[in-house]
Amino acid sequence: MMDGANGDTLTGKQKIRNFNINFGPQHPSAHGVLRMVLELDGEIVERVDPHVGLLHRGTEKLMESRTYLQNLPYFDRLDYVAPMNQEHAWCLAIEKLTEVEIPRRASLIRVLFCEIGRIMNHLMNVGSQAMDVGALTPNLWGFDERESLMIFCERACGARLHANYFRPGGVHQDLPQKLVDDIQAWTLTFPAVLDDMANLLTENRIFKQRNVDIGILKPQDALDYAMTGVMLRSTGVAWDLRRNQPYECYDEFDFQIPIGKNGDCYDRYLMRMAEMRESIKIIQQAITKLNECKGDDILARGKLTPPKRHEMKTSMEALIHHFKLYTEGFHVPAGEVYVAVEAPKGEFGVYLIANGTNMPYKVKIRAPGYAHLAAMDFMGTGHQLADIAALIGSMDVVFGEIDR
Amino acid sequence: MSEALNELGELIETKQTNAVRRCQVVDGELTIWVIPASIPNFVEFLRTNASCQFTQMIDITAVDYPEREKRFELVYHFLSMVLNQRIRIKADISDGENAPSITDIHPSANWFEREVFDMYGIKFSGHPDLRRLLTDYGFTGHPLRKDFPTTGYVEMRYDEVEKRCVYEPVSLTQEYRQFDFMSPWEGAEYILPGDEKGDAK
Repeated sequence: MMDGANGDTLTGKQKIRNFNINFGPQHPSAHGVLRMVLELDGEIVERVDPHVGLLHRGTEKLMESRTYLQNLPYFDRLDYVAPMNQEHAWCLAIEKLTEVEIPRRASLIRVLFCEIGRIMNHLMNVGSQAMDVGALTPNLWGFDERESLMIFCERACGARLHANYFRPGGVHQDLPQKLVDDIQAWTLTFPAVLDDMANLLTENRIFKQRNVDIGILKPQDALDYAMTGVMLRSTGVAWDLRRNQPYECYDEFDFQIPIGKNGDCYDRYLMRMAEMRESIKIIQQAITKLNECKGDDILARGKLTPPKRHEMKTSMEALIHHFKLYTEGFHVPAGEVYVAVEAPKGEFGVYLIANGTNMPYKVKIRAPGYAHLAAMDFMGTGHQLADIAALIGSMDVVFGEIDR
Repeated sequence: MSEALNELGELIETKQTNAVRRCQVVDGELTIWVIPASIPNFVEFLRTNASCQFTQMIDITAVDYPEREKRFELVYHFLSMVLNQRIRIKADISDGENAPSITDIHPSANWFEREVFDMYGIKFSGHPDLRRLLTDYGFTGHPLRKDFPTTGYVEMRYDEVEKRCVYEPVSLTQEYRQFDFMSPWEGAEYILPGDEKGDAK
């Protein structure tokens, strides 16, 4: 309007309003299918509203109509970066309700593969966090090592990712000795790769500029927002379920729990690197212990687990048991239990209500990433838009477990 | 382990007599039933009391028991890092009844309460932003209720003619299979052929 009848729209009265953008769901640094509605004041983020659920598959609903054994593979599909750690929680919950003690060799194999899962997860996370802030090489190197770990998984159970290897009462199969030796050999070469990655990142100017003092958490904030795992420990709170509430046979292993000082993204990166080195120590100790009990049974033989193959072929009772186990499934006595394990991302919990039948009445999966992402509004507000990518990277979110 | 829990349960029971309905330790886990209206005060007590210090809200969920008069059971899990103990709080809620929100005490409860609302339809009074979380935009129904079918009611596909996503009632090319593997000697809800003669005597 040039005649001025409607007032001058270019000066004082011009309205400045915040800008809303959609971050994702198809954004390379959204780590999957995260849609975030960001309210921006210039470059500064005023409000973060994550929209999750794009990968919601109704796991908890599906589990109510399947037997305990059929439900196990769903746990691989939660946090698909480190599948065996999730299975572990499910098996522990069933074993607690049925009061089954698993053989020592199975327990050691579980610890071994949980730590392999931890390294797989942290390699993926450190690599992609670096990629989110512009460094491509560490990610590729990380994937190289991840590949050799996935081959170990494949040699143990036949699947690279969706393992279905931990079973209530033990593990599915025994490990071949050659595999144990190869894992041992790998633990000797892997630290050099970690050193290479650290050389690229730890003192890298760009990496530090993008991560140091970004997303600072105070211990009280981390507690208020129910953070666990690396997110909590980065604030200086020494809390690790492997140490504080030992499950399996973690209490006989010698390892350190790295804790952070500043609670920023850079600390979380350093801690993940340190945790990988601790995991290697645990793997080496587990292998030493495994070599002391070669050939022992890996399943607590009973109602929960299948009979041995040659027994099934010769004994009528064993054949019936085998058939009933894989059709009807085993029954879990009525009761409820909450079991938590220290998954790579934090406390992964399973709340299981059994009603005495062969299917769970209710299962609630407590995923660590869920609580972390819920704090995104709190953590992201006041940061620049570009820092959001670094924040998501250091939070280590995987949508399989958040959306369930 | 469970002795300490017993003591803790007794202590909480004596200090919060008008909130606690029942308290028990099973399998080394402490469960306390409380009156729904007293949840915020009770949670605040658990958080601040020096002999409890349940500072971390681990999880909130609900359980659906359609046959009960008060249909839902709200379940809270808390963790005390100081005592190294966990505690479970339960409260019975009937369908349509509002539960008090604890987001003021534990900010982390925000998404957990949203999820419970989404999945079970329990409303939380005082929640700042009670929207659906995990289900689709514009979804109707509450999937984790026992009377909600696993297949759902609608399915979505991209329509090539209309050039947009369309929702249609679920049509399954194969019936949803729910096998009955239970042995007729223990799990049958029907009368076995011939068994009806037994009652006639």
